[in-house]
Amino acid sequence: MAEINRDDVAHLARLAHIDMTDDELDRMAGELGGIVDAIKSVSEVAGDDVPATSHPIPLSNVFRDDVVGETLSNEEALLGAPDNADGRFKVPAILDGE
Amino acid sequence: MTELIHLSADALSQKLAAKEVSAVEATQAYLDRIDAVDGAINAFLHVNTDEALLVAAGVDKARTDGDTLHPLAGVPIAVKDLIVTKGQPTTAGSRILEGWQSPYDATVVRKLRAARMPILGKTNLDEFAMGSSTEHSAYGPTRNPWDLDRIPGGSGGGSAAAVAAFEAPLALGTDTGGSIRQPGAVTGTVGVKPTYGGVSRYGAIAMASSLDQIGPVSRTVLDSALLHEVIGGHDPHDSTSLTDPVGALVEAARLGQVEGMRIGVIKELQGEGYQAGVLTRFHESLDLLRSAGAEIVEVSCPNFRYALSAYYLIMPSEASSNLAKYDGVRFGLRVVPEGTPTIERVMGATRAAGFGDEVKRRIILGTYALSAGYYDAYYGSAQKVRTLIQRDFAAAFEQADVLISPTAPTTAFKLGEKLDDPLAMYLNDVATIPANMAGVPGLSLPGGLADEDGLPVGIQLLAPARKDARLYRVGAVLESLLEATWGGPLLAQAPEITGGK
Repeated sequence: MAEINRDDVAHLARLAHIDMTDDELDRMAGELGGIVDAIKSVSEVAGDDVPATSHPIPLSNVFRDDVVGETLSNEEALLGAPDNADGRFKVPAILDGE
Repeated sequence: MTELIHLSADALSQKLAAKEVSAVEATQAYLDRIDAVDGAINAFLHVNTDEALLVAAGVDKARTDGDTLHPLAGVPIAVKDLIVTKGQPTTAGSRILEGWQSPYDATVVRKLRAARMPILGKTNLDEFAMGSSTEHSAYGPTRNPWDLDRIPGGSGGGSAAAVAAFEAPLALGTDTGGSIRQPGAVTGTVGVKPTYGGVSRYGAIAMASSLDQIGPVSRTVLDSALLHEVIGGHDPHDSTSLTDPVGALVEAARLGQVEGMRIGVIKELQGEGYQAGVLTRFHESLDLLRSAGAEIVEVSCPNFRYALSAYYLIMPSEASSNLAKYDGVRFGLRVVPEGTPTIERVMGATRAAGFGDEVKRRIILGTYALSAGYYDAYYGSAQKVRTLIQRDFAAAFEQADVLISPTAPTTAFKLGEKLDDPLAMYLNDVATIPANMAGVPGLSLPGGLADEDGLPVGIQLLAPARKDARLYRVGAVLESLLEATWGGPLLAQAPEITGGK
């Protein structure tokens, strides 16, 4: 079993901005351990001589003409936002009160 | 009007052109069918009645006026709810986007509108296309029209079930690891994953950007070719879009010729783990192709055995990054904890409430695989495996024009059967994932019913990148040979759907 414990999952959940209950953390630690065990064989397959593929069909220098295209209006961009004010997205405080 | 909904898209388009039937009649017939059976199937998350009828009426008027119309004008279509549409909600099967409406259309939707195809509605899916059963939808599972207690495949179970249940003649799907082809296999329908970049992804809500591909879902091989030609082609809005022309796909499907072609059986995609009835039907298909003059050869792709593992590192890694945008700021759900919380706490609460278990699992797995100290061992290694899979394909296509395998190792399983076992669920995609890893096109078509359970079996064809036409050319032949043995389409053997409303 891969060594993924509850604290590891808690750390990952914080990085991913997903609150998790204690039960969820326990369950996720067990599941992740099993999944990682099942898939970790990939690290043994390819040697240093094999290049990595990030994109199935390589393209390079994809440019378009430097002209203004269609863009969303301010109203359209804000249409689905949970909150807005003065034509901008409105968010809760970024920093803690103090 | 049952005869009308049983027509293929091609046959319907001919009747529309000949003015034997109107687009409004055809669209209404499908809307009536949705009304009658979708309570039992749950293929649709949203039904777009008014707009669909309006578009259909416009087509009828244009035809009366003698305007030149696209061949599929007036042929209705359903759209997977991962693809954004103006004027209709797009949920991605998630609570986090409940009630959200896109301010723009996906490029493929624009193309449907340009062809004047009435959009019947949005179809159900596993949340953010993560799953193989549609059970991970936040809006309840879709049921398989062949047996309502079984899964319709996933993630595009809604699109496949809608087409199989005659609720739509055509649908759009998306395929990241098999989400078009595997639902096609278990519902007795046709599904195609085009060459990566062959169809614009602009407006398809991203799961894993280097694997995702939009493609057609239909009841016949020719119908998929017709739809593929509508949606394919270069799009400057998608920087991974290929500049190649779409190609003569419809012509290839109409030609349907395999004589002298070499068809490679992939040694690694059969045997252990594959249901006996699936393999029996698969070997029958090989015999039929041989009888039509194809040469059947065996090819070996030894690195395919690592494809599933590499996929379950690459896909979650890309997904964890792509899903970071659901932060309760720009769109969708916002959950505000008590007190005066900071944005960070709002994000944590929003994503906890908005995402389901499988999405959380994959985000955490992807975050883990991309962590400092693990990146090279996991994500880096998986990308190297991707290279090895591409090399296997390249070697196999030296020996064969097209490759063939079962689409999925089993027929449709029971709802709930694999829900608590993520690893067992992931195995459904073992035969479909290699195509996404390499970017090559794949097509699934019905291969008959398995003897042990009477459920549909899928046959998968794979072609080299940019050679999608070969799939249609071979698929059309196999389809006609199989239908000759069945005495008609496989879906004619599907049971009546009861308990709809």
